[in-house]
Amino acid sequence: MSTKIKLVVIGNGPVGHKFLEELVATGKHNAYQITVFGEEPLPAYDRVQLTRWFETRQAQTLNLVKDNFYQKNNITLYSNEKIIQIDRAQQVVISNSGKQLPYDKLILATGSYPFVPPVKGHDRENIFVYRTIADLEKITAAAQQSKIGTVIGGGLLGLEAAKALKDLGLKTHVVEFAPRLMAVQIDDGGGKMLRKKIENLGVCVHTQKNTQSITAGETTTHQMNFADGEILATDIIVFSAGIRPRDELARQAALAIGERGGVVINNHCLTSDNNIYAIGEVALWDNKIFGLIAPGNAMAQAAVDHLTQSGTREFKGADMSTKLKLMGVDVASIGDAHGNSPNARSYTYVNDREEIYKKIVVSHDDKHLLGAVLIGDAAEYGSLLQFMLNKMTLPSEPESLILPQLEGSSAGIGVDALPDSAQICSCMNVTKADVVQAVQAGATDMATIKSATKAATGCGGCSALVTQVLNNELEKQGISVNTDLCEHFAYTRQALYHLIRIEKIKDFTTLMSKHGSGLGCDICKATAASIFASCWNEHILNKPLHALQDTNDYYMGNMQKDGTYSVVPRVAGGEITPEKLIVLGQVAKKYNLYTKITGGQRVDLFGARSEQLPDIWQELVAAGFETGHAYGKSLRTVKSCVGSTWCRYGVQDSMAMAILLENRYKGLRSPHKLKMAVSGCTRECAEAQSKDVGVIATEKGWNLYVCGNGGMKPRHADLFASDLDDVTLIKYIDRLFMFYIRTADRLQRTSVWLDNMEGGLSYLKSVIVEDKLGIANELEQEMTQVIASYQCEWKTTIEDPEKLKRFTHFVNSQQSDDNIRFIQEREQIRPKPLQEITIIEVN
Amino acid sequence: MKKWLTICHKDDILPNMGRCALITAQDQQRQVAIFNIVDRQGNEQFYAIDNFCPFSKTNTLSRGITGDINGQLVVASPLYKQHFNLKTGQCIEDNTVAVNTYSVRCDNEHILIAINKSAEEQSNDH
Ligand code: SRM
Ligand SMILES: Cc1cc2nc3c(=O)[nH]c(=O)nc-3n(C[C@H](O)[C@H](O)[C@H](O)COP(=O)(O)OP(=O)(O)OC[C@H]3O[C@@H](n4cnc5c(N)ncnc54)[C@H](O)[C@@H]3O)c2cc1C
Ligand code: SF4
Ligand code: FES
Repeated sequence: MSTKIKLVVIGNGPVGHKFLEELVATGKHNAYQITVFGEEPLPAYDRVQLTRWFETRQAQTLNLVKDNFYQKNNITLYSNEKIIQIDRAQQVVISNSGKQLPYDKLILATGSYPFVPPVKGHDRENIFVYRTIADLEKITAAAQQSKIGTVIGGGLLGLEAAKALKDLGLKTHVVEFAPRLMAVQIDDGGGKMLRKKIENLGVCVHTQKNTQSITAGETTTHQMNFADGEILATDIIVFSAGIRPRDELARQAALAIGERGGVVINNHCLTSDNNIYAIGEVALWDNKIFGLIAPGNAMAQAAVDHLTQSGTREFKGADMSTKLKLMGVDVASIGDAHGNSPNARSYTYVNDREEIYKKIVVSHDDKHLLGAVLIGDAAEYGSLLQFMLNKMTLPSEPESLILPQLEGSSAGIGVDALPDSAQICSCMNVTKADVVQAVQAGATDMATIKSATKAATGCGGCSALVTQVLNNELEKQGISVNTDLCEHFAYTRQALYHLIRIEKIKDFTTLMSKHGSGLGCDICKATAASIFASCWNEHILNKPLHALQDTNDYYMGNMQKDGTYSVVPRVAGGEITPEKLIVLGQVAKKYNLYTKITGGQRVDLFGARSEQLPDIWQELVAAGFETGHAYGKSLRTVKSCVGSTWCRYGVQDSMAMAILLENRYKGLRSPHKLKMAVSGCTRECAEAQSKDVGVIATEKGWNLYVCGNGGMKPRHADLFASDLDDVTLIKYIDRLFMFYIRTADRLQRTSVWLDNMEGGLSYLKSVIVEDKLGIANELEQEMTQVIASYQCEWKTTIEDPEKLKRFTHFVNSQQSDDNIRFIQEREQIRPKPLQEITIIEVN
Repeated sequence: MKKWLTICHKDDILPNMGRCALITAQDQQRQVAIFNIVDRQGNEQFYAIDNFCPFSKTNTLSRGITGDINGQLVVASPLYKQHFNLKTGQCIEDNTVAVNTYSVRCDNEHILIAINKSAEEQSNDH
């Protein structure tokens, strides 16, 4: 129907997209006929996370458009189509392909473009900017033929770009005009510390360098010529010298424009034309351009409220505090970082050994926080930001906020004191009230909070604070954060692990008499059994450990619904000789077992009675099989693909690696089961990204992915490290597994473990890769011990008559359980359905 | 009237574990799960309940992990983990469900279980 209001959105970046999401959320979008134009070939993607494109080199991971959002809501999107003119008199927009579209209301969300100073030679080849996926594709291609890369501009984005060049394997330089890095956000002292940290990453920093021209190099593509006469040879140049609003359409259409660019808006984001709004980085409010995502999102909300008259949100400026998201370099800047406010006082903490610099700027009376700079450790970012934004009264000695915390003293802010309206996560605009509400609705862990509120899913800078609010709220509601393992042990699994490891406890009676009460139960006994195995790796049926085992571990097979067990021999990497395959068939036939290929690339034989297990395993062990631990909370399988030995695309020998890994970690008991996979190239036939640990071959080595999960709540694994050699790969996996065993909860898969970890992936990297906690050696040694003490549990068992005694069904008869009955189906056995079994009442 | 059947040597039922006994009485066979529970002072005490788990409808209770919940001695069913009181047979999670219990004693290092005597046996008891 043509009665609909014609709404046109120009620009399909994060803010333009946010506007549409907010519009749909009001439920009033059906009153509009909505058309969106985007100049880029892809629908809206997450520019904030642009650098993560390098992890997969697939645009899909950055995509912001979920579940057919445009189609579902009748929004027409023209990607790869640029608007070249706005005709305000006729109320039409005109596109580069000649489309003419009338509008009643127009939204300008054209963002900004990277500023390239008119240096002589700036238009030479292999000179780039860092703004779009297309830019990154071009940089990646050029890097393959280059050795040296240089970023012009040492700001937030410049450093991110420099790290990317470094990761592409280039010798990397950063050239900055000002006397220090990130000159806008941080002060002199912070700048020095930051420089050290960036240099530690292997990036050369040149400050106070004014590039006058770029000319051809002698052995390199370019030579940069500085005003002071020095030169720098480089193959690639990336300009990151600030952004400029894309206000060209607005200028042409004679909308009000700021002196230095930007489309002037009011609190409703209306421009000087009542039918045209501007939002995001193109908009100029109070003479300011906001180059961050959070203000853009707030503008989108204000514009939607005004357009649809469905709310009263206005844009009233935004805080420009920021955090750098470079692995291993914690940098944050809050408010008045330079202490420019009249009569401001400042406090500074510098630690040269650990390369930490922290400064707070407070009001003359020490009452309020005005700004802060954090380098090397930005843990207090969240709470300091809250102090400033909510104008909260500081503690009597404000310096205590940045001094190292002594053990036992509480860190930073009391979250209780925060107002409900306090914005906890600025990326996703989540308030304290939102988090509290999610807890009231039943969320009890970070993983649930993240999916319910989206908090901490943007830059991640707020995750420590979100955790504090969560815990505080749980405590308040008396959902008490009871992390006791069970009524017998007032400890978490992690604490129990430490007690067992440090006090060298090896049996349950000792553990109980020292730290527990009562007799124990199926929870603490099985947990203790698992920890004993992770630490000391004794045979699980050794007395008295055997009494702690769940039936699956005791019988070394999974109990099925009818009380029989399954038999799963290990087939490392899924590779099996014809001879062994025949043995499996023969054994299955002899004992009449149901035979199935599992989802883990091996064979499962079902329907074995407990008393048959020893005979079956006797035959399997004799043929060279080992137990597959299909029953244990332990390593299951390492799925593989054939890789470079057979496949035309394979770039590494994924088979050999899968077998090596499976044999290395077989028998390792852990808080929950562990699954791995190795793929021979990026086609990923082994589905490694759905595993606890996934390994994918690259031209140069292996990419390591961690904490994936299939199952009930699938989670894609995160890229953890790239292009590793065999030795480093194994080192990292050793550490990772042992750290997981140390710190995870009972029955917590690695995916949930990571989602609940304060600091998330970057913290995990800092522990495993950078050895921040100084425990890497210990972890490796512990793993070495477990590996050295491996035995096939079934082999040891069948050699020990004492252990075999309990496999008969009856203690006083050789008979079988007559309640186990099978019928035939598709030429194999299966349990007789229950309704067909008449249970004989014996009372 | 009760009759005591000798089942096995007491060492056949390991500390804090269960074992299933086959009991034939009045031409019917019955599976009984016998448990050897050791208290914190180290004293052994034997208990017997049905081996049949009413939830999974399998003969598996003897293979569960033993312990105590709120002061009640229990075994956890190995398949779906419901707990049964070893003294009363009552299921902790569902008070409408209970299994049978049996008198059990240790005599001269052997485990004995009591069953009801048949009418015939009783008439012979003069
Ligand atoms: C046999 C098999 C299915 C098959 O017929 O193919 C299987 C069978 C069982 N799975 Fe599985 N899973 C099997 C592959 C998988 C896979 C696929 C894979 O590993 O590639 C998954 C998803 C991947 C993952 O785990 O991330 C899978 C996710 C689960 C889950 C859900 C885990 C989760 O984190 O959500 C459970 C339940 C649990 O562990 O709590 C489970 C639990 C089970 C148990 C152990 C249930 C039980 O306690 O009785 C099943 C009995 C196994 C047996 O009797 O031997 N199984 N299971 C597969 C054995 C693979 C092997 O060779 O060892
Ligand atoms: C590498 C990088 C890292 C960043 N990190 C952070 C961070 O950590 N935190 C943070 O808050 N912010 C960060 N930012 C900034 C953030 O990405 C921007 O604030 C945000 O993208 C602004 O969104 P926007 O929609 O206003 O503009 P844009 O993202 O620029 O989107 C505008 C879109 O409109 C299109 N367009 C322009 N003109 C036309 C036309 N005439 N016709 C059709 N289409 C047109 C453009 O092609 C573009 O796709 C980062 C930016 C970059 C590049
Ligand atoms: S992942 Fe690559 S190497 Fe492995 S089978 Fe698939 S295409 Fe071949
Ligand atoms: S502040 Fe960035 S994710 Fe919360």
